[in-house]
Amino acid sequence: MKRHLAVLVGAAALAVAGAAWAQAPISGGLLKFAVSAEPPNYDCHANTSFAFIHPVRPHYNTLLKFDPPKYPAIKGDLAESWNVSKDGLTYTFKLRKGVKFHDGSPFSSEDIKATYDRLRNPTGGVRSVRQASYADIASIETPDSLTVVFKLKKQNASMLTNFASPWDCVYSAAKLKQDPRFPERNVMGTGPFTFVEHVAGSHWTGRKFEGYFEKGKPYLNGYVAIFISGAPMVNALAAGEVVAEFRGHSPADRDRLLKALGDKAQVQETPWVCSLVVTFNTRKKPFDDARVRRALSLAVDRWAGAQALSKVALVRHVGGILRPGYDLAASEKELVQLPGWSKDINASRAEARKLLQAAGVPNLAFTFTNRNIAMPYVPVGVFLIDQWRQIGVSVKHEQLETRLYLAAQQRDNPTYDAALDFNCDFMDEPNLQLQKYLSHDRSPINYAQQTDRVLDDLYDRQSGELDKKKRYALLREFEKRALEQAYTVPTIWWHRIIVHHKPMKGWHIMPSHYVGQDLADVWLDQ
Amino acid sequence: MSTAATAIPYKVPKRRHPAVLFMTQQPLGAAGLVVILVMAVCAAFAPWVAPYDPLAVDYGGMLSRPSPEHWLGTDSFGRDVASRIIYGARTALAIGFIASFLGCTAGAVIGVASAYFGGKTDLIIQGLMDVLLSFPIIVLAITVVAVLGNYVVLGIDVNLIIAISVPMLPRVERVVRASALAIREMPYIDAARAAGYSHTRIIFRHIVPNVVAPYLILLTAFVAQAILAEASLSFLGLGVTEPTPSWGLMLSGAAADFYQQAPWMIVFPGIAISLGVFAFNLYGDSLRDWLDPKIKL
Repeated sequence: MKRHLAVLVGAAALAVAGAAWAQAPISGGLLKFAVSAEPPNYDCHANTSFAFIHPVRPHYNTLLKFDPPKYPAIKGDLAESWNVSKDGLTYTFKLRKGVKFHDGSPFSSEDIKATYDRLRNPTGGVRSVRQASYADIASIETPDSLTVVFKLKKQNASMLTNFASPWDCVYSAAKLKQDPRFPERNVMGTGPFTFVEHVAGSHWTGRKFEGYFEKGKPYLNGYVAIFISGAPMVNALAAGEVVAEFRGHSPADRDRLLKALGDKAQVQETPWVCSLVVTFNTRKKPFDDARVRRALSLAVDRWAGAQALSKVALVRHVGGILRPGYDLAASEKELVQLPGWSKDINASRAEARKLLQAAGVPNLAFTFTNRNIAMPYVPVGVFLIDQWRQIGVSVKHEQLETRLYLAAQQRDNPTYDAALDFNCDFMDEPNLQLQKYLSHDRSPINYAQQTDRVLDDLYDRQSGELDKKKRYALLREFEKRALEQAYTVPTIWWHRIIVHHKPMKGWHIMPSHYVGQDLADVWLDQ
Repeated sequence: MSTAATAIPYKVPKRRHPAVLFMTQQPLGAAGLVVILVMAVCAAFAPWVAPYDPLAVDYGGMLSRPSPEHWLGTDSFGRDVASRIIYGARTALAIGFIASFLGCTAGAVIGVASAYFGGKTDLIIQGLMDVLLSFPIIVLAITVVAVLGNYVVLGIDVNLIIAISVPMLPRVERVVRASALAIREMPYIDAARAAGYSHTRIIFRHIVPNVVAPYLILLTAFVAQAILAEASLSFLGLGVTEPTPSWGLMLSGAAADFYQQAPWMIVFPGIAISLGVFAFNLYGDSLRDWLDPKIKL
């Protein structure tokens, strides 16, 4: 009976969601939404934060993109159709006709080639944090202006979905030829909205691109991303000054907004391809010693922490290097075997103390660098500091503004001790999530800066493995090695909660806050 | 007939202790002083006074309302609010006193020097003070802390203290300079000069003792300002960082998220700040009245 009821409720929910999705969109209106941090620069290929993607993504297109209601299904963005050869080594894309850049210049396959060449092989001072994703591309050919062919050196299980990455904004080849660093200071794409202004500390504005290739889209006349965070952001949402914030709310904020907005609010929730990881600066003593790093990971009671923090923060799930629930992630039975994931926290902490003693730092003291964004960085930071106190480690908490926080980890010779880093991706895919653990010379987003060829080799083997079972086994090997060495260790995985005003339609939650943000399908029912 | 002179007994009034005099003449100031002393005792003996470790997280007791176990409730990490307020008094008083002492002393030294030497020295110093005075206290403090960042020594953020001290400096300098200017024109200063005394001797023997009263009054008044500035900077995320107990920090972050569900997270630290600032202001005002001979007359 219960089962039938659940099926009925599910069907009704789907019908309501389907009806809402199917409702005819209305054109016009200005979408005001909040963004709780500001983009450090304007280059998609060099950025990793939502603070960048939310205001900037609507100005650009990518080759493919995710289909929001059908995640993880993908659909064409600038590509009209595509074909993958039987051996999995050749990807051919047919591009859309009549696409123009915001300056009126026509789009062609040369722009795709220039964009992906910049991503996989940056030159002239360009910074690309996604080199590893495209390392398997051998060549890019453009047989005609509307066809582009990617040839791979070897099979890559994630290559097609990589082409849907929201970070791979397509730039004008002509502009890149003039100046490879043009996108760092200029915003000029083919996206549904043209750039109007960025007023630092205040807002970012986009206006409808009249020459957009999809007829009738975008529906909005424009958008304003207002830089506001914390309680003022929730107040602005409750008062209707903004209609949404697309990153995520804490459970407390959700309850408060629902109380304030009543039936004017709509809530969407999903597990999140996002975790906070502790990164140890392996170039600095004593964090060059695996025993110290492992001890600090062993001290953290992730199971109790997840349960408690889920009541006050937007973290909820315990997992390893891949999102719990994802079919290639470790099961709970496998997880508890890993150092730091045991449910016997007393035994783990006893071992941690022994390891610190053996490493000669029984009274370890260090500075923990964190981001000054309240949710979930501060609660998780406080949680970790408390966990480390319990094995006699004293920690100074350093909370930095986004730009300084990223700079502290990204500089060539970082001086931080340990930092709370984030590992958020646009989809569930080991080739993405594992990049934090790859050697630094292969992955600039590995701020631990270690070199570990064992991990590199395991990464390459799983990446080229198309058999799911074999890939799963390789991933477990990788996970064991990564968490024993503990260069970078996951803490707790996130849970995404979005509360928005009901008149905002055409936006669908996905497990990543990076995708589905081009705003081309969003409209206001007013 | 003889008349014997009757001696009228004269009772020499008992000289009362200055503290008793202060309490009887300035009851409000005395009340302020009592609050300050209670704060100081709490701060000094926090490990014995506080019922819990202020950093101890208890996820089983998150957001507990005030009860016999937790008199002022717990916060979103299950930490005892009363214990954090008691330890927060340490942060408030340490930063308040040190920042106020540094700002007021530097201001007094510059003020006396400026008044005594006069001329171009005075002109240049007053120009610089005018620039500093053109910024509101909190804006100047935010600028200084943003430029300097954090630098913690023995658990105290030195840069935060500098950030709070700098805005006090010109305000104290002006008051002390005005007093010193009046004293500089006194005949005994001319006499000291004529006798060939050194500048140092004249300043320290004849001018400084006469500006101690305004200096002390400003010192107490600015402790209140410093406590408020520390709370404001911590509230803005520029001062003390989690998990250090600080009254201002207790009002920000999670307290703002849970103010409806757990109002005690905001109410009690707010009361602590108000009470602390009010006590120092009362005491400062009373001290001014008590030390000012014109008001006594």
